[in-house]
Amino acid sequence: MINWTIVIDMLPAFWNGLLMTLFLLVTAAISGLVLSVPLAVARTAQSRWASWPVFGFTYVIRGTPLLVQLFIIYYGLPQFGLIRDSALWPMLRDPWFCAWLAFTLNTTAYTTEIFAGAIRTTPSGEIEAARAMGLTRAQVFRDVFWPGAWRRALPQYGNEIVQLMHATALASTITIVEILRVGRDVYTNYLVIPESFGMAAVFYLGLTLALTTLFRGLERHFLRHLDPRASATARPAAEKATAHA
Amino acid sequence: MFHGYLPMILDGLQVTLSVALVSLAVACVFGMMGASAKLSSSPVLRGIGWGYTTVIRALPDLLLMLIIFYGGQIMLNRLTQAQGWGYIDINAFVAGTITLGFVFGAYLTETFRGAILAIPRGQIEAGHAMGLTRGQVMRDITIPQMIRHAIPGFTNNWLVMLKATALVSIIGLDDMVHRASLASAATREPFTFYALIGLIYLAVTTVSIIALGALNRRVSRGIKAEAVR
Repeated sequence: MINWTIVIDMLPAFWNGLLMTLFLLVTAAISGLVLSVPLAVARTAQSRWASWPVFGFTYVIRGTPLLVQLFIIYYGLPQFGLIRDSALWPMLRDPWFCAWLAFTLNTTAYTTEIFAGAIRTTPSGEIEAARAMGLTRAQVFRDVFWPGAWRRALPQYGNEIVQLMHATALASTITIVEILRVGRDVYTNYLVIPESFGMAAVFYLGLTLALTTLFRGLERHFLRHLDPRASATARPAAEKATAHA
Repeated sequence: MFHGYLPMILDGLQVTLSVALVSLAVACVFGMMGASAKLSSSPVLRGIGWGYTTVIRALPDLLLMLIIFYGGQIMLNRLTQAQGWGYIDINAFVAGTITLGFVFGAYLTETFRGAILAIPRGQIEAGHAMGLTRGQVMRDITIPQMIRHAIPGFTNNWLVMLKATALVSIIGLDDMVHRASLASAATREPFTFYALIGLIYLAVTTVSIIALGALNRRVSRGIKAEAVR
């Protein structure tokens, strides 16, 4: 039923597609993470001058389809002569750059809101205690505030990264050859489903599994204090059990 | 400013909204079936429910849409050939709404499952003890209360699905995005039209947030007072 010759012939193409998907994912995830930390701090700031522009940004990005954002950047921006004459033009002509920009804006908006939520739920006593201990503002942020907020945000952040990986499939609409584009090309050439979209599905399932495993590992590391079996009070019982064995 | 293309774009909005609303109805059906399967006492049904939500949520929407659109067409062709019927073309609207409904049904399954679990078990047992049938318990006890618990998750899923309707333009449905691309090509002003539909999406999102927020307040009337008592 499945034509294995096509599968084997197309394996190198899918492999290259996988590398492109990973490349899009990693570059957008890193720039999104770097941008969203200061934006989340601004989003939760007392001053409306700081929080409202960030809210406006996340609201617009989260309220419009990624496909439309991608088209605005890739097809839309060249409409303006000012942009065609600018130093940015060689980059904006490159579909890869446009995809990176769209994905970065998108993941930054969602991650900013996730981090802002985690910041808002910081117990005020933690900050007050750190201040009372004489820590500077920078130390409070680095050693007290951020470690806690990061831990609270981690499960949702993991979901966002999986969503971002799925979103990279839209890059196929602007001529980037990632996993889905390879699948569509194989379909166009051979008109078969399992060997084209089925293969793409296998790659995406593998990627999703790898990412969820990675984040489960990160959660086990960073949220160890929440695991009843690993906590200090449970340890004697566990040791007793091994002693009996 | 829009070279007379505004009515055509707004016509496309109607297509986009129809796709979104029909998909939502389909998603609610799949979501209720999925939630019932996941909460059922039969291990087979629980397994099916688990497989449905796990696989669907692990794949990109666009890939699922292409699989159902092209795969469905191939299967239909085989069926019509075997039966000796003529060629039936899969309608992009049907393929788009079924796919979106099927995909977001998996997300709604989790929302509905959580909402049903939030209802105290004793109420359902009490309903059965009063001699109500399973259907009556569902209609008079479970569903009215689960609506309140489901609204926040439902709102989120609706907003995500509304934006996902943009993808139906890729399988050839004449929605707002497709019309914007036609108008862009004709006028050579892609920014104008893509930004226009971006703003329209934003307006629909805003209206949805306000409306569902009002609904949430309405179905949560009296909840706080009860908690205080």
